[in-house]
Amino acid sequence: MTRAQKIAVPLAALIAVHMLVVFAGFVAPYDGATQFREHPYAPPSRIHLRDESGHFHTRPFVYAWKNNGDFAEYVEDTGRIMPVRFFVHGEQYRVAHVLQSSVHLFGVEEPAHVFLLGSDGYGRDQFSRLLFGGQISLISGLLAAALALSLGLLCGSAGGYFGGLLDGLLMRTSEVFLVLPWLYLLFAVRAFLPLRMSPVGTFLLLIAIIGAVGWTRPARLVRGIVLSAKERNYVMAARGFGATEWYLLRRHVLPQTRGVLLTQAAILIPQFILAEVTLSFLGLGVAEPVPSWGNMLSALQQYNVLSSYWWMIIPGLVLIPIFLSYYLLARSLEQPV
Amino acid sequence: MNAFLRYGVVALLCVQTVCALASMPSPVGDLLVTKSEPGRPGGKLVVAERSEPKTLNPVTALDGPSRDVIRRMTADLVRINRSTQLTEPALAISWTASPDKRRYTLKLRRGIKFSDGHPFDADDVVFSFQVYLDEKVHSVQRDLLLIDGKPIGVAKLDPYTVQFELPKAYAAAERLFDSVAMLPRHLLEQPYKEGRLASAWGLDVPVSAIAGLGPFRLKEYVAGQRVVLERNPFYWKIDSKGVRLPYLDQVVFLFVPSEDAQVLRFQAGDTDILNRISAENFAVLQKDQQARGFKLFDLGPGLEYNFLLFNLNDDTTGRLPEVARHQAWFREQKFRQAISEAIDRDAIVKLVYQGRATPLIAQVTPGNKLWSDASLPKPERSLTKAKDLLRSAGFRWKADGTLIDSTGQPVEFSVLASASNPQRKQMATLIQADLKQIGINVQVVPMEFRAQLDRIIQTHDYDAAIMALGSGDVDPTAEMNVWLSTGGTHLWHLGEKQPATSWEADIDQLMRAQETEMDAKKRKREYDQVQQIIAAQLPIICLVSPNILVGAKAKLANFQPAILDHYTLWNADELFWRQ
Repeated sequence: MTRAQKIAVPLAALIAVHMLVVFAGFVAPYDGATQFREHPYAPPSRIHLRDESGHFHTRPFVYAWKNNGDFAEYVEDTGRIMPVRFFVHGEQYRVAHVLQSSVHLFGVEEPAHVFLLGSDGYGRDQFSRLLFGGQISLISGLLAAALALSLGLLCGSAGGYFGGLLDGLLMRTSEVFLVLPWLYLLFAVRAFLPLRMSPVGTFLLLIAIIGAVGWTRPARLVRGIVLSAKERNYVMAARGFGATEWYLLRRHVLPQTRGVLLTQAAILIPQFILAEVTLSFLGLGVAEPVPSWGNMLSALQQYNVLSSYWWMIIPGLVLIPIFLSYYLLARSLEQPV
Repeated sequence: MNAFLRYGVVALLCVQTVCALASMPSPVGDLLVTKSEPGRPGGKLVVAERSEPKTLNPVTALDGPSRDVIRRMTADLVRINRSTQLTEPALAISWTASPDKRRYTLKLRRGIKFSDGHPFDADDVVFSFQVYLDEKVHSVQRDLLLIDGKPIGVAKLDPYTVQFELPKAYAAAERLFDSVAMLPRHLLEQPYKEGRLASAWGLDVPVSAIAGLGPFRLKEYVAGQRVVLERNPFYWKIDSKGVRLPYLDQVVFLFVPSEDAQVLRFQAGDTDILNRISAENFAVLQKDQQARGFKLFDLGPGLEYNFLLFNLNDDTTGRLPEVARHQAWFREQKFRQAISEAIDRDAIVKLVYQGRATPLIAQVTPGNKLWSDASLPKPERSLTKAKDLLRSAGFRWKADGTLIDSTGQPVEFSVLASASNPQRKQMATLIQADLKQIGINVQVVPMEFRAQLDRIIQTHDYDAAIMALGSGDVDPTAEMNVWLSTGGTHLWHLGEKQPATSWEADIDQLMRAQETEMDAKKRKREYDQVQQIIAAQLPIICLVSPNILVGAKAKLANFQPAILDHYTLWNADELFWRQ
């Protein structure tokens, strides 16, 4: 594979995942907060093409889950075939907070439900929650990485280019940030925040915290590159011709950091996604009923959930291919052209 | 000289006889003959505790694990039978009350001994009450032994008769004696006089320096691992065949920190008893109870009641403007009633407790056979009723369904729930979805339990919270501190100098009346009225009462779990292993 191909494959996969998440309202059959209280911990719906009597159907269908009396023990109600329909009307949703619609990619009629990845303890559809949760988890990773990289670029280039007291100050600050025990500090910070915070407020706060913690590494890398770049002969030459500091920085020094920033992005984004998942898992992230992959996984803190309902672990499993794509991307970007 | 020698010899002889008697316990004296199935002596019982006991001192023990161990080593004058919920003789063989019900005369069992062989008599009783009532000792039991702030009086009439004098007639007088362990004067008088009683009987106590009247006595303590108790050969009960109880040679308390770990140890056969587990773990264990040879018991609702608590404190004005603004809604009776109507308690029972709980409208659970008011209606969810109530209280709805108050402010508030308690978090999440349907936006705030308590008890900086209470006894007197407007657990409005509302004044009056009412029927009527007021006024919105779920190996005989603490070991003296 050429370098371009090696970059294109993971990038395409990541774009596809992000599109799914952005259009979660359309792809997901239900709202992430809707509770089907008759169906706690329903296993994933089985999509059939052949019915009980052996007939083939061209349209895939499901059987409704029927509770057999015991808690979370289900059998398929084979008495009625519930075809999976496409472009159905369902609950209202918004795409990116603008586009309002109620058309969903697929769905089945009541009383059946389509739980592609099962349901949680409140009877909420795990597949829908996974998509809506991705909006928080994936996008907070992206935004936090953008924040960390901009901060890193700003501080690193300023320190590296101008040196002296400013450089010393910035680098010592970054060291302080590196040694602080962040997780424990966050627990303390949460106690001082107002009790009622909107999900959007918590989301932005999370991004700010993760980004603010993560800027030090890119800053140190950028500083190293800027330090060596500003001593290059062509920079000296340009300076000799009377180029301004700003021109030199913009034209000759900063472009050198592009490669580092790209690879750093590919490394930091999965780290920051994991940071959000960890914080939400511990109850420091967005609050119920808004899903995020972290708070979906927090049900697994109970031993019996882990042992009885395997589909509850899926939000953890989807992290693996996503992280793998990011690391493949980072490795390909590191390779020389 | 001669006389001295003679007395000396007599004294020596006496000592020898005492020693001989002590080393060879024989069934003399007023032993209690149990009615339970006669058993087979031998074997040991292994039980898991959440944490290590902090002390073995009955006077200062506050935490559950300490009390669980200490109760097996001590005995009371009168005890509450956990199964029948009634009082029965223990160290006192019988008692009589004076006509004005202020003087109780207790006859003690004769010829019974502490676990070190030292005889027990009225001096020990007088000493024990002196210790418990001493302000300087700070005993846990002192509050229970004060009636209207005045201590009860204790006097020895003869070596086996004690008289108690109460400051006023007290309906639950007999129940006072349960959980007030009798202390050995010969071991504790010295430390008491030297002012170091509170620090006596720590976990490092030598086995020879600790004794009690319970079925078991201390054998060894291994820090971080276990406390081992052994059979007390001087115990004062025998079975119908004349065999001295207890049957078990040893009771071992292992320290297993979490419920999940305890369940795994039980499943593996390492422990013999599970004392209270969650419904989820009950369901997991139920699948293989046959194969692994254990039995699970669902004892029905216990005494614990979960509730949604609204902040009705009045010291928030000016200090906490946002809380004070929300309190205008919370103080409205119809608002609280609407919330209660909108909550789907059946869903809580089903989803949080897997069906193993009972919906509640007032604080007394159906598990409290003697006192629950059966005439109270079963709570049914009704969104239409909830909306009607809100409308009549001046609330309206915006076009998008949001509930607004008469000033046009959207109704939204936060609910605290203990972060380490999955059930309470789940209840909060269900209530959030329930109230969304009547247009109320609720934010669930999981919080470390102590931080939550600090807000509820100290700062009053909260809107609402999910909490649970449960007293150790079925008698209404045990709930005095919750329902009296001056009570220390009057959680929704703490520190009231006078009842803040007329219905709180009514509750005060009824609770005080039942405390001294000697006619059992009248007393029940009074407490029924309290329950009716609570169901109508809803100072707290009671949700459900979880069932008490326990388990034990199938071969353990005489196992009679009960809904009163300690659920499984309360009759440890009667337990034995079937072959």
